[in-house]
Amino acid sequence: MTDDEIRQQVRAIIAEQAMIDVEQVSSDSTMDDLGLDSLGLVEIVFAIEEQFGVSVPYNANEPNSDEFDISTVRAVEDGVIRLVAEKD
Amino acid sequence: MRRVVVTGAGVVSALGIGYEAHVAALRAGRSGIGPIELIPTEGLSIGIAAEAKSYDGTARFTRNELSLRDRVTQMALTATAEAVDRAGIAFDEALALRTATVIGSSMGGQHTQDDNYRLLYRENKPRVHPFTVPKLMANAPSSWISMDHGLKGPTWTVSTACASSNHAIGQAFHMIRAGMVDAAVTGGAESGLTFGVLKAWEGLRVMARDACRPFSANRTGMVQGEGAAILVLEERGAALARGATVLGEIVGFGATADAGDIVQPSLDGAARAMRAALDDAGMAGGEVAYVNAHGTATMANDRTECAAIRTVFGAHADRLMVSSTKSMHGHCIGAAGALEMVATLSALDGGIVPPTINHEQPDPDCDLDVVPNEARMADVPCALSNSFAFGGLNAVLAVRRHAA
Repeated sequence: MTDDEIRQQVRAIIAEQAMIDVEQVSSDSTMDDLGLDSLGLVEIVFAIEEQFGVSVPYNANEPNSDEFDISTVRAVEDGVIRLVAEKD
Repeated sequence: MRRVVVTGAGVVSALGIGYEAHVAALRAGRSGIGPIELIPTEGLSIGIAAEAKSYDGTARFTRNELSLRDRVTQMALTATAEAVDRAGIAFDEALALRTATVIGSSMGGQHTQDDNYRLLYRENKPRVHPFTVPKLMANAPSSWISMDHGLKGPTWTVSTACASSNHAIGQAFHMIRAGMVDAAVTGGAESGLTFGVLKAWEGLRVMARDACRPFSANRTGMVQGEGAAILVLEERGAALARGATVLGEIVGFGATADAGDIVQPSLDGAARAMRAALDDAGMAGGEVAYVNAHGTATMANDRTECAAIRTVFGAHADRLMVSSTKSMHGHCIGAAGALEMVATLSALDGGIVPPTINHEQPDPDCDLDVVPNEARMADVPCALSNSFAFGGLNAVLAVRRHAA
């Protein structure tokens, strides 16, 4: 899987959870911008783990932890690319 | 108005078996949280819990008895036997007909469910144990208590997640006060430290990795526990007439719903529940010395709860002691309120307020006196015990030291 494919799939997951078209998800969007609350984030993390076969180190009590950056869509994409690379 | 006193208490928790062991550990600030040892942890990212490691069902029940009693029921029965014994109460036929059994349990017989569903789904077995239904049903602990002690009054299990016990104790208290019954066996039991339940909690991403640190800025979430705490409640006149020792008086119960979010707590719902308990008790906020907090060590709970306490108590909030004993016995879900009522009664009765342990960094959003790390000698004439459940269901109990 190329990095671009991963980015597209991550965006599709986020778009589905935010109930918007994938074109509306920009790299700079924050989860807040997309109207995603903590439960929405937990569902995104779940979908990512299922789709990519990885384990995402995310704890809702430490949303600003640097273990897995969720500050923007790009940060999430980068994190997933790293996790997929670590898995392979 | 009829008054209601606590005359007996029994406990099974990660801190030990029995009221004395539980209270001694709370006062010593000793944690019962540690690596999970009672179930295989392969595939779990949660590695710690407050398991009642010193509890051994086979030492207390025969093989035949165990075949009908899930671990949650065993713990409830063990705590009940102690509570009834400590109360020194004899349930003759007349009293048995007027004694309620109201027990909080969120999940019922989870070990039974987990073991048997594993047989079906993982091992492809065609059948489960024939007693799976009576073992896993949430009312099993209540039913077995009534059967063991011959209690024939109103009996049921209350299931409101983390507030189950407080709702149960509150109902039992109101039933005695209203004259519906004269005594009650009440409290809570939970034993859900199974692979399936822990996986479910993992999914919510609210579990701590290493320790439970309520109100501490470096907290990382909750730690699940198991256990049971059972109280004997009696109408005060009857208790005094038979010369019972009184651990404390239950004077108020407040319950509210947030009608908001299924998991996020609400300041308003929590504050209204505390006010309702104070109103029910006829207690002024300024009389309260100690609040046993819900204190789950999640960011959402701790900040909301502290703000709610400030809203209810105003300037008096700065004179309150507020501790979370979940830092020691873990979050025992449906048993939480009952284990915490025991902690609260021990503060009233013994003048020693249990601490919030693992408090390492102050959180400006939790700037109350959280009794950090060490128990404190203090006069506690009145106290509240908070429970706030997923689903936005809040239940608060108010207690008063008993004056003869």
